[in-house]
Amino acid sequence: MASQSRDAAIVGIHEYPSRDVEGRVNALQIKAASAAKALADAGLTWSDVDAIYDAGEGGPMSGLMISEYFGIKPTVMDTTGVGGSSYEFHAAHALRAIREGKAKVALLTYGSTAHSNAMAIGAGGRGGGISPGDNMETFAGQTLIANYAMVAQRHMHQYGTTSEQLAEISTATRFHAMRNPEAVQAMTDLDFVGIQETTIEDVVNSRMIADPLHLLECCMVSDGGGAVVIASADVAANCKKSPVWILGTGEATKYPANGADITTSAGAQSAPIAFAEAGVSPAEIDIAMIYDSFSITVLALLEDLGFCAKGEGGAWVEGGRLRFDRPNDGPALNTDGGGLSSNHPGMRGIFLLLEATRQLRGESTSQVADARLAIAHGNGGMLGARHSAASVILGRD
Amino acid sequence: MSDSNTEKKVPTRPLPKLNELDTGEFWQATANKEFRYQQCANCGTIVWHPRAHCTGCVDGDLRWKVSAGKGTIYSFSVVRLSYHPFFCTKVPYAVAYVDLDEGPRFLTNVTGIDDPLTDVRVGQRVELAWEEHDELSIPLVRPA
Repeated sequence: MASQSRDAAIVGIHEYPSRDVEGRVNALQIKAASAAKALADAGLTWSDVDAIYDAGEGGPMSGLMISEYFGIKPTVMDTTGVGGSSYEFHAAHALRAIREGKAKVALLTYGSTAHSNAMAIGAGGRGGGISPGDNMETFAGQTLIANYAMVAQRHMHQYGTTSEQLAEISTATRFHAMRNPEAVQAMTDLDFVGIQETTIEDVVNSRMIADPLHLLECCMVSDGGGAVVIASADVAANCKKSPVWILGTGEATKYPANGADITTSAGAQSAPIAFAEAGVSPAEIDIAMIYDSFSITVLALLEDLGFCAKGEGGAWVEGGRLRFDRPNDGPALNTDGGGLSSNHPGMRGIFLLLEATRQLRGESTSQVADARLAIAHGNGGMLGARHSAASVILGRD
Repeated sequence: MSDSNTEKKVPTRPLPKLNELDTGEFWQATANKEFRYQQCANCGTIVWHPRAHCTGCVDGDLRWKVSAGKGTIYSFSVVRLSYHPFFCTKVPYAVAYVDLDEGPRFLTNVTGIDDPLTDVRVGQRVELAWEEHDELSIPLVRPA
């Protein structure tokens, strides 16, 4: 801990409240509205921003377009776009840019109208690209959900993991969602059936979407977005809210390979790098914001991030262990309600940073008392095929 | 010939592109029901998916080989919900990663079974079952 550096901190956040904008606003407007609120949250304004991070959801050359749209003149531009984990990559890159003295105020934004556009993310056809990998795979009709399901199927085969154990992810997340008014509104707006706490039986009795994943193990498709402002220590000292320091980061990627074990994700590579830089261990983490595209994503990642050994995740999560009111049992999971029950417009990574920050500020609707350390781990792409991973360890003063 | 204007177009399986520069040669060989894969004569690496360069060494010498067509299901899922115009008519159907005995792991569908919900399992031995199209064949698998 002695060597832990505190060079950059999250100083401003905003989560766009609506998950169903009904065509009234577009993705760019969601980004701008969220950016303004996040800057105000920090006590900063547009002209303070000197580094822009964009995942390119607005199209090619997004670093140019978004700077003009916001009316800023950044001297650091980063358009890393690697799916839902892009925002953890952005946070990692912002820390480096600020640490090098290249920037003082970094702005990350996200906006999407996936729900309004009726985008079939999980069960649609694969994208229109003709990468060589795609040219070998699209004939098989593997939905995105089925890809994640193949990880679950293999995890069950290798380790004896059960659907009931996977359902623990869904029930803990819904438990937190029911305490978050924005999540409850989201589920209402998206016409969820049974907006209430769920049981293991509810999850395993819900409709099978791609064996062995049930409906209640799959994230929603919402509208939404948000923004994060990351600042240098000297700027952070004068911001309105207490800083949430970026203590360590790690990045990795994984893709299909002959003989590879698909139950282990790129997180097994990125997380140790982040923990080492932060000088903390998984056992010290209070809040685990882990990308819950599906139940299996979280289960595999709890193992890959080092909260338990590979293959032991099923038994480890049993008995409601991941709930926020069980602080002695390890980290609380996705205390905002997660992608499963609060917010998933396609790329959820930014919300992991937002809720981790709320927890470390003491502002969560499922607040863990005296939360000091959080991890935000993004997984982008397809867990059972090509995917990106970035781990961000966050801490407060 | 029927009047195509009055007939609804029947959605078909999305077919690979024969002219894709890394994988086209693989697909051209499927017309003869050959499942080709690459091995580097320099370093021995089995490269999959097919591509123009060796991923094991920087002075690669990739040679095409032909699989005997036997393998094992590494993992699978049964798709119950698809919004794809072709695949939505095929649910439930099994998608699987198959490890060929020679090494390549490829994504495919399991055919030749009565019920995908009960007749597919991890570790199951399978063999290639070619689905013929105009200029190529699709390498599906069936229980061996």
